[in-house]
Amino acid sequence: MSIMSYNGGALVAMVGKNCVAIASDKRLGVQLMTVSTEFPKMYQATEKSYVGFAGLATDSQTLSERLRFKINMYRLREEREIEPKTLSNMISSTLYEKRFGPYFVEPVVAGLNKKNEPFICVMDVIGCLNEADDFVVSGTSSQSLYGMCESLWEPDLEPEDLFETISQALLNSIDRDCLSGWGALVHIITPERVITRTLKGRQD
Amino acid sequence: MTDRYSFSLTTFSPSGKLVQIEYALNAVAQGVTSIGIKATNGVVIATEKKTASPLIDDSSLEKVATICPNIGIVYSGMGPDFRVLVAKARKAAQKYKQVYDEYPPTGILVKEVASVMQEFTQSGGVRPFGVSLLIAGYDQTGPTLYQVDPSGSYWAWKASAIGKNMINAKTFLEKRYSDDIEIEDAVHTAILTLKEGFEGQMTENSIEIGIIGNGVNLFNSDKDRPLFKKLAPSEVKDYLANIA
Repeated sequence: MSIMSYNGGALVAMVGKNCVAIASDKRLGVQLMTVSTEFPKMYQATEKSYVGFAGLATDSQTLSERLRFKINMYRLREEREIEPKTLSNMISSTLYEKRFGPYFVEPVVAGLNKKNEPFICVMDVIGCLNEADDFVVSGTSSQSLYGMCESLWEPDLEPEDLFETISQALLNSIDRDCLSGWGALVHIITPERVITRTLKGRQD
Repeated sequence: MTDRYSFSLTTFSPSGKLVQIEYALNAVAQGVTSIGIKATNGVVIATEKKTASPLIDDSSLEKVATICPNIGIVYSGMGPDFRVLVAKARKAAQKYKQVYDEYPPTGILVKEVASVMQEFTQSGGVRPFGVSLLIAGYDQTGPTLYQVDPSGSYWAWKASAIGKNMINAKTFLEKRYSDDIEIEDAVHTAILTLKEGFEGQMTENSIEIGIIGNGVNLFNSDKDRPLFKKLAPSEVKDYLANIA
């Protein structure tokens, strides 16, 4: 039994033309038993950035609350919103603080900075930052996701095309993973607005 | 009058003052004058480097200090107290960088330093810092200049002076300051202001000037990011030559 596959879940983020997309599955399980089918793993950090946590669900929830605290304090102190890059470094530091008793999550950050430039990154359980200019993956279906993204992704996809790409990559990966699935939630972040869509996949 | 209330810092006097802070301000007023001027494209801070004897090697004395690449600081008052605050400010800036991988905006660092100074007005067994600070920085909101007092209160200035000759210097600055002043003019004005109250001969070794304006970043992470730097004596000499 591995802690990282106790609850199950899949996360992926991609960069498009002046937009980013982040998507996750909706399953929450306790090993082989499915407990909830409405458990997306993403949380909105600021108006134009999202954070997702794959791994142990309790740590995902706790970390999202701790992050909300830190983001709010940042906003009050600095009188401005936190940028995605800065947010990622903050999460990285937060994870490393628990180096010898870590949070069992692998976060994914996706957002647009104040110049509307896309930013995505993924981290390991102790905060190793891995910034990418194409796509990042996390969770129990990460192997399949790597394969799907590598074949489907291309640079400069428009928001609607990016949506199709990320949806196909996620859906087909979680269908091969018994611990992820029960539909998906996709957020497309553009300079004007965030488009959220729910996907209905194989309900098993 | 206030003698009964002047020994313990944490005791208010009947008039509502903390007399130790008043006395700290007296210590500041005895220190050499320091100037700060904010321009549209940067900030300049300057001070006199007054040594007690010509035998002192003044190249070892640092009155204008760098806190982090985008923030510089100068003081009037007690040198040793200044050095403690510089160390704390530098540590605070690095702590911020460790969490966010970027240097703090000026206002944030000023709040930290002011918070430290305030602590020393409310803790047992300590005395307030005998310095007023002028903190100059450049962040994404642009150039800013702050003054921090021994009480821990801080506020932003367009141009200011602290120390011995502050009243005359501020009057001088009021006449010469304009909102669209550029950094070159600001340095020129700062030197003239210092000259007003200067005792003795002003040379490139008897004043220290620090500026932050557009420059090249040494650490390769952000190009065209303003860097705080102290002017070398040769550069100061050029400015002085223009005044004479």
